[in-house]
Amino acid sequence: MIPTLQAFLIVSAALFSIGLLAALSRRHAIFILIGIELMLAAANLNFIAFWRFAPQAHQPTGVMFAIFSIAISAAEAAVGLAMIIAVYRHYHTTNVDQLDQLKG
Amino acid sequence: MSSIIHYLWLIPAVPFAASLIILSLPNTRRRSAAALAVAGQVAALALSIVACLPTLQTNGFRAVQNFTWFTFGDNALRLGFVLDPLAAAMLLMITVVGLCIFIFSIGYMAEDRNFVRFFAYLSFFSGAMLGVVIANSLLLLFIFWELVGLASYLLIGFWIERLSAAAAAKKAFITTRIGDMGFFLGMLWLYNRSGTLLFYDHGKGCLESAGLAMLGASATFIAVLIFFGAVGKSGQFPLHVWLPDAMEGPTPVSALIHAATMVAAGVFLVARVYPLFSLGAVNGVTSSLIVVVWIGVTTALMAALIAIAQADIKRILAYSTVSQLGLMMVSLGVGGVAAGIMHVLAHGFFKALLFLGSGSVIHGCHGEQDIRKMGGLRRFMPVTFVTYAMGMMALSGVPFFFSGGWTKEEILHAVGHWPPSRAPYYLMFAGVVLTALYMTRQIIYVFFGNPRLSVEHPHESPRVMTMPLIMLALGAILLSLVLTPAWPWLHGFLTGESVHFDLASLIQPMLFISLVLVGAGIALGIWMYRKAGAQDRDRPAGIDPLEYGQPGLFRFLANKMWIDELYAHTVIAFSWMAARVSDWLDRNFWDGLVRGFGAIGQVFAMFTSGVDERGINAGVDASTVGARGLGRLMSAAHSGQIQIYLGVVAIGMLALLLLYAWLA
Repeated sequence: MIPTLQAFLIVSAALFSIGLLAALSRRHAIFILIGIELMLAAANLNFIAFWRFAPQAHQPTGVMFAIFSIAISAAEAAVGLAMIIAVYRHYHTTNVDQLDQLKG
Repeated sequence: MSSIIHYLWLIPAVPFAASLIILSLPNTRRRSAAALAVAGQVAALALSIVACLPTLQTNGFRAVQNFTWFTFGDNALRLGFVLDPLAAAMLLMITVVGLCIFIFSIGYMAEDRNFVRFFAYLSFFSGAMLGVVIANSLLLLFIFWELVGLASYLLIGFWIERLSAAAAAKKAFITTRIGDMGFFLGMLWLYNRSGTLLFYDHGKGCLESAGLAMLGASATFIAVLIFFGAVGKSGQFPLHVWLPDAMEGPTPVSALIHAATMVAAGVFLVARVYPLFSLGAVNGVTSSLIVVVWIGVTTALMAALIAIAQADIKRILAYSTVSQLGLMMVSLGVGGVAAGIMHVLAHGFFKALLFLGSGSVIHGCHGEQDIRKMGGLRRFMPVTFVTYAMGMMALSGVPFFFSGGWTKEEILHAVGHWPPSRAPYYLMFAGVVLTALYMTRQIIYVFFGNPRLSVEHPHESPRVMTMPLIMLALGAILLSLVLTPAWPWLHGFLTGESVHFDLASLIQPMLFISLVLVGAGIALGIWMYRKAGAQDRDRPAGIDPLEYGQPGLFRFLANKMWIDELYAHTVIAFSWMAARVSDWLDRNFWDGLVRGFGAIGQVFAMFTSGVDERGINAGVDASTVGARGLGRLMSAAHSGQIQIYLGVVAIGMLALLLLYAWLA
C-alpha cells in the first residue's frame, strides 16, 4: 500500500517542527545546527514527495532540487561549523545565550 | 585769440601736482621738496608770462574756456577759465611774489623739522590762489576760495605743538567761514535769478548784459552777500579779528597769504564781480558800493589806529595789511577799480617785502619779535635795513620812485570825486598820515636808536633770504614805472583804454596833497618817536612815548579796541550756550527717545524669550523624552540572543503562512 501525499507532508511537517524546536530551544550552537539540518531534511522530503506524486514523474526535477538542497545544506553546515569554531576561539564558549554582544 | 586759454588750467595744476608729489616725500628729502616747490612756482610763472602776452596785444582782451562739469536733467553745471587783463596782472603778481617767498622760505625754515610739509602746503596754496584768479564761474572761484582758506588754516597752524597757533588757525578758518556763508547765499541767489554762474559765456554769462538784466533789484543784495565773503577773506571790519592772530604762522606764510595774495582775493572778488555792484549806478554810485566804501573806510582807519600801539613787529604789519585792504575796498567802492587793483599789485610786492624783511629781522635776532627789545639793527643788518626802508616808503606812499605812492595818489584822487560824501576823502587823509606814522615808528624802534637786544649779537641773514628781499624791492620800484600818471600803462592795461606818455600830468594838486600828507606823517613819527626805546626826561626806557603821553588811549588801541573781547562775550558766548543746550537735548531728550525705543524692543524680547523657553523648549523636551522612551522600547527588542531572533523569524513565517492560506 503506497502512502498518500498527505502522509508524506505530515511527516515532513513534523520533521520541520522538531527541527525548529531544536533550533529554538537548545543552548549549544551545534545543536542549533542539527536543528537546521533537520529543517532542511524536511524540505527535501517535501520536494521528493511532490515530485513522486506529480503527473510527469519521469522528469528528474524534484530529484535535482533535492540534490541541490543537500549540497547547499552541506556547504552551509561547513560554514556554520567554521563560524562556531571561530566564535569558540574568541569567546571560549558555545553557549549561544552568552553571545549577546549585539544586545542594544 | 591764442590757444593759451586751453592750457590755462595748467597754471594752478602744476603747483597742485608739485604739492602732491612733495607730500609723498619723506622728511629727509628737503632739497628735493624745496626744488620741486620752486620748480612748480617757476613753471607757473613761465605759463603766466605766456598767458600775459596775448593780453598785451589787444585792448580789452578776454578769452574764455568753459566746460560742463555735470548735467542733471536738462540743465548742466558749467565751469570755466577766463583770461583778461585783471587775471593776467594778478597771475604775474602771485607767481613773482610767491617765487620770492618760496626762495626766502628755504633759508627761513632751514632749521625746522617739518620743512617738507611746509613746502607741500605752500605749493598747495599757490595752486589754489592761482585758480581763484582765473576762474570764470562763481562756483569754481568759490571752490578755489575754500581751498585757499584750507591752505591758510594748515599754514597758520603749521607749528602744531603750539596751542596759540592752533587756536589762531581755528579762528581764521571759522571767521572766514562766516563770510563764506554770505558768499554762498549770494551765489545761490544769483544762480536762481540768472540761471548761470559763469561770468562770461558769449553773452549768456551772469556778468554780461543779458544776465545782469535778469537780476533787477536783487543785484544789490547779491552784491552785498558776495561782499560779505570778501569781508571775511580780506579782513574787513567786523571780520578782521583773525588776521592779526594769523601771525602765529611762520613769517613766509604771513608774507604770502596774509599780505600779498589770499587777503587780496577778497578785493579781487569785488573787482571780478564789479558789474554786479555797479548795476544801475547813478553817477557811479549804488547802494552796495556805498556799503563797500563805508566798511572800507572804517576798517582802514580803525586798523591804522590800532597799529600805532602794537609792540610785535608782525602785528604792526598785520594791522597795516588790514588798513591797506580797507583802502583798496574804498577805492573799489568809489569806482576806482583799476586804481584799487593797482594798489593790490603794488601792495603785494611791498607788503611781502616788509614781511620777509621782518622775518629776516626775527631770524637775525634769534626769534625776538618785540620791537621794544630791538634797536639799532641798521648797523648789523644793512641789506635788510635798506630793503625794509624801501618797503616802508612804498607803504607810506612816498611818491616818485615807489609804487605805493602812485597808487595811493590815484585812490585818493578817485575818492575825492565821490558824489555822496567828502567824508571818506578826509578820513583817508588821516589814514595816510597814520600809515606813515606807524611805519616810521616801527622803523625807528627796530633799526635806529640804541641796540636793546638781550641775546647775542644780531646778524645779517644769509643770501638765500636777502636775495628775495632785493628782488621784491626792485619789483616795488620798477612797478612804479608803469604806475605813474605820466605814463599810466598799467591803468590802461587794466581798463582797456589807450595811454600816452605825458610828463605834464605829473603836476597835479593830488600829488602835492599826498606829498604833504606823507611828509607830515613821517615828520610826526620822527618827532614823537625819535627817543623811543631810550630814557627821555621822565619817561622810562621801556614805555612807548604815546603810552606815556596818553595812557588811556594807548591801552584802548593796544588792546585792539577790545573787539575780540566783545565778540567773546557776545557771539562766542551765544555759541557756547547754544552748544550746551544742544548737548543737553542730545544727551537727555534724543538719547532718551532712543533708549525708549530700545525699551520697547526689550519688552518684545522678554515676551519672545518666554514663549521660547516655556512653549517651544518644553515641547522639544517632551518630544525627546518620548523619543527616548521609544528608543528604550525598541532597544529591548535587541536582546543580542540568536535564538530569540530566530524565534521571531519563525513566528513571522507562520503568520505569513496563515495569511496566505486565509487569502487563498
